Amino acid sequence: MNKFHVIATSVALAAAFTTSAYAGARFDAIKAKGFVQCGVSTGLPGFSMADDKGSWSGLDVDVCRAAAAAMFGDASKVKYSPLTAKERFTALQSGEIDILSRNTTWTLTRDSSLGLNFAGVNYYDGQGFMVTKKLGVKSALELDGASFCIQAGTTTELNLADYFRANKMSYTPITYDSSDETAKAFDAGRCDALTSDQSQLYALRIKLGNPDGAVVLPEIISKEPLGPVVAQGDDEWFNLVKWSLYAMLNAEELGITSANVDEMKSSKDPNVLRLLGAEGIKGKGLGVADEWAYSIVKQVGNYGEAFERNVGMGSPLKIARGQNALWNKGGIQYAPPIR
Amino acid sequence: MAVDQNTDAVPAKAALWRRPAFRATVFQILLVLGLVAFGYYLFQNTLHNLQLRGISTGFGFLSYEAGFGILQSLIEFDETHTYGRTFLVGLLNTLLIAGLGIFFATIIGFVMGVARLSKNWLIAKIATVYIETFRNIPLLLQIMFWYFAILQPLPGPRQSLSFNDSVFLNNRGFYLPGPVFGEGFNIVFAAIVIAIVAVIFLARWARKRQEDTGQQFHTVYASLAILFGLPLIVFFIMGSPLSWEYPALKGFNFKGGIVVIPELIALLVALSIYTGAFIAEAVRSGILAVSHGQTEAAYALGIRPGVTLRMVIIPQALRVIIPQLTSQYLNLTKNSSLATAVGYPDLVAVFAGTTLNQTGQAVEVIAMTMGVYLTISLTISMFMNWYNKRKQLVER
Repeated sequence: MNKFHVIATSVALAAAFTTSAYAGARFDAIKAKGFVQCGVSTGLPGFSMADDKGSWSGLDVDVCRAAAAAMFGDASKVKYSPLTAKERFTALQSGEIDILSRNTTWTLTRDSSLGLNFAGVNYYDGQGFMVTKKLGVKSALELDGASFCIQAGTTTELNLADYFRANKMSYTPITYDSSDETAKAFDAGRCDALTSDQSQLYALRIKLGNPDGAVVLPEIISKEPLGPVVAQGDDEWFNLVKWSLYAMLNAEELGITSANVDEMKSSKDPNVLRLLGAEGIKGKGLGVADEWAYSIVKQVGNYGEAFERNVGMGSPLKIARGQNALWNKGGIQYAPPIR
Repeated sequence: MAVDQNTDAVPAKAALWRRPAFRATVFQILLVLGLVAFGYYLFQNTLHNLQLRGISTGFGFLSYEAGFGILQSLIEFDETHTYGRTFLVGLLNTLLIAGLGIFFATIIGFVMGVARLSKNWLIAKIATVYIETFRNIPLLLQIMFWYFAILQPLPGPRQSLSFNDSVFLNNRGFYLPGPVFGEGFNIVFAAIVIAIVAVIFLARWARKRQEDTGQQFHTVYASLAILFGLPLIVFFIMGSPLSWEYPALKGFNFKGGIVVIPELIALLVALSIYTGAFIAEAVRSGILAVSHGQTEAAYALGIRPGVTLRMVIIPQALRVIIPQLTSQYLNLTKNSSLATAVGYPDLVAVFAGTTLNQTGQAVEVIAMTMGVYLTISLTISMFMNWYNKRKQLVER
């Protein structure tokens, strides 16, 4: 039960505080235990979803796998903890998980008062609405007086309130613990509209009884930069997660894929050689093996590959790259250089 | 320290520290001091480490604007109110479900408990099947059953099941006409209060008269007459200052009247039926605990079975029933926190859920929530203990 979970982690939180943290403690602890404990969703197609054999895949999962590849040279050294939106921060604060990679929106409050650090953005999203076609609604502005299924403990709850306040409309919120429950309730007609980050709406639509009977409205009412999160207090671990994500982005920019990464080792381009650990600072600064980025690209792929495989055209979601394209391809995904 | 000074001051047969009473006191004080110090250490340590990890602490967040809406609120609430207010909204919703649940569970429990002992084979078997079925299925499953299997498949607002075009049932809730109090209803309300007070005095007088003279008075009929007659007369004198607001389909949903949300219905039905089964068993055990000789003695005196049950058996059975009833009431209150499974906005769902998540202050929020459940439970416990004492005085 969630309630017990939260209470248990709170107690664990109090107990965990009896030992004080020092820099690099978590980094060393992860290295010693030999795997990365990754907090994921309870099942969101494209982002983090377990298949019938219990193995996880998705864009968020790939961030964890990349960090494991950088740390251990083996992307499979990850264990997963499925969390609801309500549980996620407590799980990270208490040290139950090492990374939270669970379509989590980067906000000021979360970054500054929860003891967390956001390690970049792996998906730029925005909140949208999904309604049934039967309702005949074309715009979110026609939803005055409607009821909405929402997931508890998300920025979605806050944005919805803001949007209706700003437009002087009324609404009824019906909040559930997991996104799965919101989809079920929407399917059963408990609410007029389902609201969430747009990527999630597409993912949840697949789960509906009749996916074609629902439409996603064009309005986007918020900025939702989603990214991996780590606990404050260990900058080494923070850096590693951050640069694992940047390595995937840089690899795409440099045209290095999981297929051609071995050939690229003999490239003449110094940028490529630096990324693959043949030149420059290599793995020294991060405290990992020199081919850390090579392992990421080889085993997980570059950002573009991960995107297409999980949420893009190679997946049932068929989401266009849009603002998640690289900065030089019309999007806003931009990673600092590896040098 | 203090011990040395005292040995000089007090002339005693044995040295002070050799006296058992003194030593017992000292050890107890030391134990309490030790516990307080340990508690303080835990508190400081938590605070220090929360600060070290950059997690905000303190109760300042209670005055920040919440910024989210809540499905059902007994007091005025919108997203501009504070987190402190979300605590109140959640608390009231919890008290509502606990209060309603206790009320219905008690009725169901007493009826079913007595029914299981009925001489009528069919009634006794129905009660047995009810008790054995609902007592042995996990509560969470029952809540989900009522919510997902019974209430959600109901038709949508546009195809609502309606009764007389004033009561509607659909998958968004149960819609009832709401009373609109007109001018002068205050006086009607005063009449109701006067009627209740009058009935209490009447009952006392009738009881005293019966004890003194043995003459009976038709208290029930007289009470009903006062209780309904007086307010009704005043109501018509004042010109019927009450109208009804009927729910009507406007836009997406029904507006107006009173709405009972399906989350509340599912939770209430599940909690009442589940706890009612346990109470029924408590009632049965209480009745069986009263020796059969009591019944036979009553029959021998020519008292009818109904009166025997009401006046002879139940008062004695209550002594056995009440302690069990107390623990069932406590269970029901605590079980109401399962609300979060179906999205009913109780304290756990709203405050320990959304508020905790938006503020991230897990330690404070969980401490407050646990404090509330502890307080509610202790209050119920105190009341039931008081009631138990009163009933125990009946023992001869």
